Parts: sequence; C-alpha cells; structure tokens
Amino acid sequence: MVLASIFESGVSIDFYIVLASVLFAIGAIGVLVRRNAIVLLMCIELMLNAVNLLMVAFSTYHGKGDGQVFVFFIMVVAAAEATVGLSILVMAYRNIRSTDVGIFNKLKG
Amino acid sequence: MTLEMIAILLGGLTIGSALMVVLSKHPVRSVLYLVVTFFLISANYILMNAQFLAIVNIIVYAGAIMVLFLFVLMLLNLNKDSEPITSIGIKLAGIIAGGVLLTVMLAALKDGLVITQQAVGSANNDGLVENLGELLFTKYVLPFEMSSVLFIAAMVGAVMLAKREKQIID
Repeated sequence: MVLASIFESGVSIDFYIVLASVLFAIGAIGVLVRRNAIVLLMCIELMLNAVNLLMVAFSTYHGKGDGQVFVFFIMVVAAAEATVGLSILVMAYRNIRSTDVGIFNKLKG
Repeated sequence: MTLEMIAILLGGLTIGSALMVVLSKHPVRSVLYLVVTFFLISANYILMNAQFLAIVNIIVYAGAIMVLFLFVLMLLNLNKDSEPITSIGIKLAGIIAGGVLLTVMLAALKDGLVITQQAVGSANNDGLVENLGELLFTKYVLPFEMSSVLFIAAMVGAVMLAKREKQIID
C-alpha cells in the first residue's frame, strides 16, 4: 500500500533538512563531548542516520529511487564500520582496561 | 490528525531521543535510546514512502548493529562509575562547535534549496522492493558486488582483531 506522498500534504522539504541537520549536529556534539569510545561510535551511527534521513527525503521529493539505494550502501558501510570498530575497541580494552579515549594516546609501542 | 502533525511529532521525538543518547550518563541507556531513535527514523521513512528501507533500518540497525553494541557493552562490563568525566570547558567547546556546525549547515542548505525547487507528481512507489531491487541489480550492480568484498574484509578484520594474541601475558 502506498500512502499519499507526505510532501503533497503540506510538509515541505525544509522540515527534513532541519531535522537531519539537527540530528547530525547532535551526533557531532556527542563525538566532541563524550569520552567513552562506545558512545563515540554510537554518535557516528547517529550522524550516518541523519544523512540517510535526508537522502530518503530528497529521494521521495524528487520521485527517484536512487537516493534510497545509496542509503542501502551507507547501511552496509555502517555495519562493516561497527564490526571493525567494536573489535578494535574490545582489543584495546583487553590491554588498558578502559574505553576512555583520553587514555588511548598511550597505545604507542 | 494530519500527516503534517504526525511528521512534526515524529521529528520532535527523534530529536529528543537523539539528545538523550548524548546526554545520558549510563552507556547502556545510550544504546537503548539509540534503538528508540532508529525506530523513530524508520517511522519517518514510512511517512516518506520508503517502506523497504524502514524495514531494513529496523533489521540492520536496531536489530543487528545495536545488539552488537549492547553485547560489547555488557562484555566489557561498563557501568556509571567507569564512565569517564568530561571537563566543563571541553563540554562548552563541543557544544559551541556543534552549534556553529548546525548554523553553517542550515544556512548552506537553505540557499541550495532554491535550485532544487521541483514539484513531484503523484504518490510514487519508489520505496517498494520491486523498484529498489531493479535499481540495485541493474544500475548499481557493481557497488552492490563491491559491498560484498567490503563485508568479507570487515569480517576477516574483525575475526583477526578479536583473536586473543598468544604473546600477551595477562
């Protein structure tokens, strides 16, 4: 079933631009402010999702499916990034017993 | 309740739960709020006629990636006491930097909008599996195959990294 397009019912594309920008900024602030490496990775996922949201919004707005295919690829990359990032994190935790990114500068050697 | 009101309500909830991801001190709570955020983003996708992506978003993000995060979090046994504290100066600097980023992005995207002012026709069904699958296997078949290589590389990398090294003495 296909609903009536949301952009015909009065919602402008501006709304989704603002929403995605705010989500992206929240993710960026999270990366800057938090020091737990897992929360940092989660904030990166948040930023990726903000981009996905905007991509889907423009895809629907223009009536072309290409943007949604790109969202699909972003999800693929995000999944790969999460696996590798988390396994690096687990290994770092084994060595220094912490996920504080402030301590990660002692990794050398 | 009109579609517009639903969209605004969903947007507000999404921003709220995204804020809670950053604000909550407990990492497990952050993960759970992130799951809520992903469900709300999926709801936004459904609102925009991207039904396939909404389901994939729930399965891949809320289902697989977030479970992975939760697993690692519980494996490492992190709690509120082990949470590193950020100094107030860094917090302030981060918030100001993020605010500036938001301002610049909004200003830039608002100007770019004048160019993309194209009205769409009737309700489209681009977001359904049939159309997306056709695009994925014709126009974007090469990136699709490449992503499988990426997955194999990620899998090998994860296994290699997670393997306990013999020479480390605990």
